[in-house]
This record gives sequence, C-alpha cells and structure tokens, in this order.
Amino acid sequence: MSSLSSFFAQYGSLLGQGLADTLVMLFVSTAFSYVIGIFLGVVLCVTAPRGLRPMRALNAVLGWVVNIGRSIPFIILLVSVFPITRALVGTTTGVQGVIPPLVLSTTPFVARMVEQSLAEVPRDAIEAAEACGASIPRIVVSALLPEALPSIVRGVSITLIAVLGYTAIAGAVGAGGLGDIAIRYGYYRYQDEVMIATLVLIVILVQVIQSTCDAIAKKIDHR
Amino acid sequence: MISLEHLCKTFEGGNEVHALNDVSLTIPTGDVFGIIGISGAGKSTLVRCLNLLERPTSGRVVVDGVDVTNLKGAALREYRRHVAMIFQGFGLLAQKTALENVCFPYLASTGKVTTENREEALGYLDRVGLADRAGSYPAQLSGGQKQRVAIARALACHPDYILCDEATSALDPASTAQVLRLLRTINAETGVTIIVITHSMQVVEDICKDVAVLVSGKVVEQGSVAEVFANPQHEVTRQLLGKESWNE
Ligand SMILES: Nc1ncnc2c1ncn2[C@@H]1O[C@H](COP(=O)(O)OP(=O)(O)OP(=O)(O)O)[C@@H](O)[C@H]1O
Ligand SMILES: [Mg+2]
Repeated sequence: MSSLSSFFAQYGSLLGQGLADTLVMLFVSTAFSYVIGIFLGVVLCVTAPRGLRPMRALNAVLGWVVNIGRSIPFIILLVSVFPITRALVGTTTGVQGVIPPLVLSTTPFVARMVEQSLAEVPRDAIEAAEACGASIPRIVVSALLPEALPSIVRGVSITLIAVLGYTAIAGAVGAGGLGDIAIRYGYYRYQDEVMIATLVLIVILVQVIQSTCDAIAKKIDHR
Repeated sequence: MISLEHLCKTFEGGNEVHALNDVSLTIPTGDVFGIIGISGAGKSTLVRCLNLLERPTSGRVVVDGVDVTNLKGAALREYRRHVAMIFQGFGLLAQKTALENVCFPYLASTGKVTTENREEALGYLDRVGLADRAGSYPAQLSGGQKQRVAIARALACHPDYILCDEATSALDPASTAQVLRLLRTINAETGVTIIVITHSMQVVEDICKDVAVLVSGKVVEQGSVAEVFANPQHEVTRQLLGKESWNE
C-alpha cells in the first residue's frame, strides 16, 4: 500500500500530465479530422457511381487522394510534414506539433468510415426523400447524416482508439503523452512500474471510449 | 392528365437493357390507373421515369399539358411533390418518428416545419388511422402501419398524383386490403389520381378503373379493367389472370 502511494507521489503528476497531453492530442485531432472527414465522406458518397449526384472524375480523384493518405505510415507522414506543421502551429514538437500530422493521417480514415456509414443507409429511404422533392443538401443534412449517425458514432470509437495508437507513436518523436512516458521510462530507463501504469491508463481509456460510444450509439439508434 | 409519349429507357452497361420500349399511355385525371406486368417488365422504371428519379432516354412525359421531361432544380423538386410516390419498401427514415417522416415534405419544400405544418401532418396521420402512433419510430410499426405513414407523407406533398410502386407487395392480405381501401377512399374524396404498379391482378381488380399491361418494356394491352378482364387479348394478360396455366 505504502509503496503504491509513494509510487504515485513520485510519478503521479508525470502520469497526470501524460494523460492530459494524450487526451488533448486525441480529442483535438479527432475533432478536426471529423470536421473534414465528414465533408469528404459525404462528397465520396454523393458523387459515387450510384450516388445522388454521380461525378466520376471527382469521385475517382478524391478516392485516390484518400487512399494515398491512408497508405502512408504515420511515422513517415509525421516527419515528412514537419515543414507544414511548423508553418501551421510554429513548432514540430509537443502536443501542438503533433496535431497537424495526426489530423492529416486520421482524416482519410474518417472519410472512408463516414462514407461506409452513409452507404449503409437504405437506398429506398433516400429515394423517398428525393421523391418528396428534397434538394441534395437537404437530403444530406436531414436524411442521410441523421440516418447514418448511430453508425458514425460507432465509427468514432474505432477512430479514437486508432488515434490513441498514433499518439503513442508520436510520443517517440517528443510529442509527450502516455506513449512518450511509456517509452522514456519503461523502455530507456527500465522502470517497469511506470510503463505498467501507463499501459493500465491506456487500457482504461480504450474501454471508456468504447463503452461510451456504444452507449451513445445505442441511445440514438431507433432501428 | 398524364401523357407518356414514346417513352424509352435504356440502361447502359455490360449489356444494354431496354427497360422501356416506346411506351405511350394516357392517364386521365381522377383515375385509379393500374400498370401490371411480371417481374422485370419495366414497371418500376416506368414510374421512376414519371417522377424523374430516372431520366427517360427518349420520349416525353407531359403532365397537365406541361412537358416535364427536362425539368431541373427547384422546378423539378416542386414537380416531384406534385406526383408523390409510395414505395414497396416504405422508404421511411428509421431515425425519425412517424410524425417527423410525415413532416419531411414540408422540410423539403420550405426548409422548415412550422406549427401549422405539424398540425396538418397530424391530420394526415389521423386520416390514415395512426394519430396515436405519431411518436412511434418505423421499427415500432407493422408493415401495414409503415405503409400508411408513407401514404400520410405522400399526402403532405399535396399531390395531384400518387404513384404506388408495389405498395402492397410486402404486406399480408389484411394490411393489403386496408391500404387499398385507404387509397380508394382518398381517390374518391380528394380526386387525386392514383397510379398503381403491381404484379397482382387482384390489386387491379380491387381498386383500378383502367389498366395497362406491360411486357418487356412495351404496353401490350390497355383499357378499362372490366374490358380487359372480360376479354384479355395478350397471352401474358391471360397468364396474369390465371386463365392460362403456366405449368404446361
Ligand atoms: N439501374 C439499372 N441499371 C441497369 N438495369 C436496370 C436498372 N434498373 C432496372 N434495370 C433493368 O430494367 C428492367 C426492368 O426493371 P424494373 O425494375 O423496371 O422491372 P419491374 O417490372 O419493376 O420488376 P419487379 O416486378 O421485379 O419490380 C430489368 O431487366 C432490370 O434488370
Ligand atoms: Mg419493380
């Protein structure tokens, strides 16, 4: 017991700071990714060959861009966009410095997830909305997105957990956060108990994310 | 009155499908008009060309004297409410209540749903016998109830024509009878023209005044239901009427 309290006395604030950094990286970059990713997902879905407004060239080009974004390993992306990151946020280290590459890497992932969720909406419901004389923006806002929302929310948990993994990688290049602590203390200094503590925190975080998103999705899904 | 003039629809792709092949039809105002045919005959394509969910490859759709074939934008959306549609699969939004679904046409036309709109929508729900289910979600309703919500939604479009594509095909006999009766009284009370797409002669017999028989994208026979039933000319009509065995 006393060893546990002395552990927290020694590392508590370090772990607290790490957790806070991780949460900021996680939620800020995921939020930005969803703002852009939902837009891209909607464009992909609407311009698809059997979509509301098929546009072959745009759909193909956007699909390519998204795929390329998804194929670049995060660590490569992270270092290769340093100039852009510096221009955007003035630094390439710390929590701030890792948010632009996180957004860049997560957005294509989100775009595909959202596209998938939108594609699952039954076609006849959307056609019925069209037959009621709704414009395409109206269908997207009042039919397509609300119908897909439970599925999008389930996707959010998958995205958050994937981004959590990225933040740990980002930790390796000095972004801070739990991943950074695990590597610095656990790997370089052989302080197993610090590493275990960060892992426990990460596991709890994953569980909380998963069950929160599931609960929200369940609550808003009327099917 | 709706006139279809030499309507053709060809689907491109691996092999071309001539879903509609020079279809000409006149549907008088106030009629209950049946379009019957076996699966793949082109019935859905025909109604979808009527409300322009599908663009005809050639030919014209003339509604109340206006050629609507090339309508676009706001005029097209306005026209679509003029010819409301009911689907086999109901087409309700699963995340919206019955009332919200019925209010959708107002949202589509003005971008908002006013208190008066909501009251009117409740009136339509009452009209289809579902006033007490206004707050229910589609998943909580039976097939027949869902289709009646869809009918209320069609009414909220203030249509002069209602297109029904296999509206009762997914329903049991009791719900089918209820929905057909409802459509017939709506036609009698409001004078709205109803176009009924079906593969069931029973449905035609129950509510239609006139009928056209569609075979492989062509109209092979048309006339009043009494005439066609009494003296079917085409083999497929006789088959559909059960006057010719398919088991030979
Ligand atoms: N989007 C499409 N692309 C290619 N072919 C199509 C398309 N829609 C319909 N068809 C073809 O057009 C023909 C007519 O189809 P349609 O759906 O109009 O038939 P239907 O009479 O409504 O049949 P059912 O009773 O099964 O609903 C079929 O051969 C079908 O395969
Ligand atoms: Mg059909």
